[in-house]
Amino acid sequence: MGLTLYQKIYQSHLVAPLNAGTDLLYIDRHFIHEVTSPQAFAGLRQAKRAVRKPELTLAVMDHNVSTQRRTLDAAGETSRIQLEALAHNCDEQGITLLDLTHPDQGIVHVVGPELGYTLPGMTIVCGDSHTSTHGAFGALAFGIGTSEVEHVLATQTLPQQPAKTLKIQLDGPLAPWVSAKDIALAVIGQLGTAGGTGYVAEFCGSAIEAMSMEGRMTLCNMSIELGAKAGLIAPDDTTFAYLQDKPNAPKGEQWQQAVAYWRTLHSDQDAVFDREIQINTDSIKPQISWGTTPEQVIAIDQPVPAPDSFADSAKQEAAQRAQNYMGLQPGQQLGGTAVDVVFIGSCTNSRLEDLRAAAAMIKGRKVAAGVRALVVPGSGRVKRQAEAEGLAQQFIAAGFEWREPGCSMCLGMNDDRLLAGQRCAATSNRNFEGRQGRGGRTHLVSPAMAAAAAIAGHFVDISRGDC
Amino acid sequence: MSTIFASGRICPLDKNNVDTDQIIPKQFLTSIERHGFADALFFDWRYLADGRPNPDFVLNQPRHQGCSMLLSRRNFGCGSSREHAPWAIKQYGFGVIIAESFADIFASNSLNNGILLIRLDADAIETLFQHSRKPELVWSIDLEQQLLCCEDGVRFSFDIDADAKQRLLLGLDFIGCSEQLTPQIDLYEQNRSQQLPWL
Repeated sequence: MGLTLYQKIYQSHLVAPLNAGTDLLYIDRHFIHEVTSPQAFAGLRQAKRAVRKPELTLAVMDHNVSTQRRTLDAAGETSRIQLEALAHNCDEQGITLLDLTHPDQGIVHVVGPELGYTLPGMTIVCGDSHTSTHGAFGALAFGIGTSEVEHVLATQTLPQQPAKTLKIQLDGPLAPWVSAKDIALAVIGQLGTAGGTGYVAEFCGSAIEAMSMEGRMTLCNMSIELGAKAGLIAPDDTTFAYLQDKPNAPKGEQWQQAVAYWRTLHSDQDAVFDREIQINTDSIKPQISWGTTPEQVIAIDQPVPAPDSFADSAKQEAAQRAQNYMGLQPGQQLGGTAVDVVFIGSCTNSRLEDLRAAAAMIKGRKVAAGVRALVVPGSGRVKRQAEAEGLAQQFIAAGFEWREPGCSMCLGMNDDRLLAGQRCAATSNRNFEGRQGRGGRTHLVSPAMAAAAAIAGHFVDISRGDC
Repeated sequence: MSTIFASGRICPLDKNNVDTDQIIPKQFLTSIERHGFADALFFDWRYLADGRPNPDFVLNQPRHQGCSMLLSRRNFGCGSSREHAPWAIKQYGFGVIIAESFADIFASNSLNNGILLIRLDADAIETLFQHSRKPELVWSIDLEQQLLCCEDGVRFSFDIDADAKQRLLLGLDFIGCSEQLTPQIDLYEQNRSQQLPWL
């Protein structure tokens, strides 16, 4: 019997069996940031342990940084302490750090791939759930907690158990203005936020083959919102073309050797998955979340569902509670519903392709009166490219705030937050209660949908061409 | 061998999909310490906007004070990987969480903090919520026998991964266990640099 891509990567990283059903896996790449690493370094110091392989770890300042000013204290005193702790820990342990003065600083899941730190076949971990993003390259990438960050720093390994395998086959063309974000939300709407729990999800099919690396990253990024341990896409020529000129990608003879190996990284024809689903993408429309979990999502032309339309009493209660929190009525059309804030950014949708899609909706118009609209590029590289292409100038001329790179209003750790009751069109990944600010009302959408809402002052159905 | 791993009263949190942003909101994540999170647990549900305790929230109700086990429903701990969530839960005083299912990263983080997660089917969870109308009932857990027992005689058996069970019973230093395999890690690294020299 053949192996799935996940099984191939798992087996190739097996150091030794550890304990009943648990294996010790080698970790090829470790990304760290300021929020989930300080306690790990403190733990190492307390136990008098050193970092085993500092060259395999890359540190980035992203979660807790100001996107307006590039000083360590710009997001407050506690942020300064946390950022300084990261700088101190990296200096002490010999770990490369992209700090706020570095031209390539940005969100860890944007920076890793664009600098070539993320490569096919790797095991990649980070103290951040959206580490699943890197699965777009055919790397086994997953989020971990701080104790595990400490474990990886000390041993460059992690105890793991084999996950179940889920194949999500996405076939068909995409309708105009339908992006990887819409596919991700539609899949989560169908399977639920716990639909992937215990599984590693591999995405495949003609829609994936036709998808850019940016789109694949968006899709794998959102696989954690499906509850999956990781998302995976087999590397192909699109992957290799993306990686070829990246600073940390292999060069010369090693590049040839690497590509030959990477071409073996796919699920075998006769591989058996624990679960398989197939979805046609041609009928997917622009998606918008109406609730407080990503599975509470509809196409923009559908009404907000009535709680009693759900078969399950728990989902009925959740829908009722979510609609109270969101200030929505059953049957309401979200097209035409006013927005207060528009946030274009996050590790889900802050790459150049996302900013291009958003800028294309402006068409020389202005952000609607009373709407606050932010564009937060994912990295220094994305920012410079967007400025070189004239995208930044279009955003600024339209009245968007053009920010410095960081996680920003996705989680509101810095000063970019929603106020209670504010309704936000967000290109980020989570619409949990209070995520973007206590009492804030988040609707998850694609970059094009968010930009269209900023211009109109309310959500619009971009597939109807009336925007 | 039969020993009591934990005993105490159960606090019912009757929700599905309790995410880690609810367990501990972002503003408490700027700390560089591992402690001091007890007061932050379920902050936005537990305190009103003016900072006073929300009397409707279960943790604030006098009859649910002093519980050491938390009961919830499906997909507990979903969302962000923040280990601050199990830190806050443990520092508040919960050493056991009983639910229908848990998100994967939260489950690893809980194990790393010695928190026992008990998964039960929906019917059993419903029965426990019914029982929680008598919050004075004391429950005990025999981890070796995988039993959750109420002083009124009701009991549930539960499944637990053999490795997690052993780690909880022995209270192992997980990093130390992996370090015992250092020769194998050395060997793996030698092979890796020969076979995949670009890494």
